[in-house]
Amino acid sequence: MNLITPVILMNIILFIITVLLIFAESVLVPHKICKVVINKERVFTTESGASLLSFFTKNKIFIPSACGGKATCGHCKIKVLNGGGPILPTEEVFITQKEKSAGIRLACQVKIKQDIEVYLPEHLFEAKEYQAVVEEISSLTHDIKHFTLKLLEPKTINFKPGQYIQIKVPGTEEFRAYSIASSPRQNDRIELIIRLVHGGLCSTYMHNVLEVGDKVVFTGPFGEFFLREESDKEIICIAGGCGMSPIRSIILYLAELGMPRKVTYFFGARTKKDLFYVEEMTELEKKYPNFKFIPALSEPEPEDKWEGEVGLITQVVERYLDIYMNGRYEIYLSGRYEGAGVLESYLCGPPPMIDAAIKVLTKKGVHIENVYYDKF
Amino acid sequence: MNTHPLLIFIAAIFPHNIALTYILGMCPLIAISKNLKTAFGMGISVIFVVTLTAVINWFVYNLILLPTNSQIISYVIFIITIAASVQLVEMLLERFFPPLQVAFGIFLPLITVNCIVLAVSLFMVLREYDFIKTVCFASGSAIGWAITIVTVSAIKEKLLLIADIPKGLKGPAITMIILGILSLAFMGFGGMVKIR
Repeated sequence: MNLITPVILMNIILFIITVLLIFAESVLVPHKICKVVINKERVFTTESGASLLSFFTKNKIFIPSACGGKATCGHCKIKVLNGGGPILPTEEVFITQKEKSAGIRLACQVKIKQDIEVYLPEHLFEAKEYQAVVEEISSLTHDIKHFTLKLLEPKTINFKPGQYIQIKVPGTEEFRAYSIASSPRQNDRIELIIRLVHGGLCSTYMHNVLEVGDKVVFTGPFGEFFLREESDKEIICIAGGCGMSPIRSIILYLAELGMPRKVTYFFGARTKKDLFYVEEMTELEKKYPNFKFIPALSEPEPEDKWEGEVGLITQVVERYLDIYMNGRYEIYLSGRYEGAGVLESYLCGPPPMIDAAIKVLTKKGVHIENVYYDKF
Repeated sequence: MNTHPLLIFIAAIFPHNIALTYILGMCPLIAISKNLKTAFGMGISVIFVVTLTAVINWFVYNLILLPTNSQIISYVIFIITIAASVQLVEMLLERFFPPLQVAFGIFLPLITVNCIVLAVSLFMVLREYDFIKTVCFASGSAIGWAITIVTVSAIKEKLLLIADIPKGLKGPAITMIILGILSLAFMGFGGMVKIR
């Protein structure tokens, strides 16, 4: 069989089509210079055609995004004040009616075609791209590992305890978010706690491929979930599994300040083999009378010989809050007691746990505006 | 062999529905069928792109590949022409019909990788259709696919409103079940028209 003709033909056709497309693009796609105004004060100029997300990335503004611009994750929500054009069908799946009227769009779907004005929360400008090197990897449980990343460039990071970073998965345009587990006072390296998710893109890479000395690229810090330092309320922290990360950051930070506020930390796991950092937390408990750590197992195995709290973490919290209220019954009668309303709460864990915990807390009188949470 | 083109058109919509009897073009059927409006936009774009690319590929195959005896590269060439024509159409829409681009144009890049676009071009070669039959077959197949995605999304919207779907069946799983039942239902059209 003669193969030469088809191969030559294929190349000719390819060449013709490429030339045709390049020609069409130069004729059909308008090339004009557009202005992008961010928060009324930062003005950029750029050539039209690109999406807002790629424009941001090019200008070193890092906004949360996981899917690489395919409109499948819905993380890159931003507020477009004008010039964004009508909302696209690909966005409608992610944007609620309320957000729609507020001008929220997916940055990866908005193309810059004219002068455009957007609003970004100030803290996003603090997000940068970091190069880091893996300094240490250790196993915490059968499926959770602890990573220490030493920063190379920039050399330090400023974040609030509770915030997260996004790790770039090598070889893809995708990112995965992980909360920082270390105190912000240790600003030359960060620690992460990552659970191996079955079939997970990034966690599989982090667990099975990454070795000490490898380089990692991440962006951050992001997130509205962080310790409110202006408040002096008593704190209740509730975490499940990897929800330990941001809570540990908050507690280590408070410990470095000498534990100025009373903190009670409820940590839920299924069996004893899913528990971790119990020793570290118990030691903090001994050192600071203000801090109380209450681990609980939902399904303890007989061989665990578990003597601590048993039950779903929310049930344990409910029992504790009952005792807490009872102890103050007399103060309550005298009219000086505001109930659990004096509490501030930080929750991190799987969505069903968060939803159940919010229900319990509000039922016991914690004000919903004092409940901060991070679902993952 | 001498089937009337109109028969091919009808057969491609119902008894030989490309989604429900050949199980092609499943990814968008499962992923983009959450909302009726989006599904409709997708369906219209598929009808347009499939018909257009089948016509282009018919000319490419019969005028270039057959005379030079180069059928062996038809797969590659078909994919290239599909990708290029979709790109071109997107640019044309964006320049001259911006409202259309907003409504349908954004689906065009997604369609390039839809299996039915390539499948229709390959079937046309396999079944040795002439030009008229190709146009009928391509538009029929695409209309059949559009009907399927619109039906599935309408059913899913309804289900979301009234049904208490078990946890393990939410999302793609229930879509698969809907598709299975629809596929059984479309077997009922089987006796209507027979084409090869």
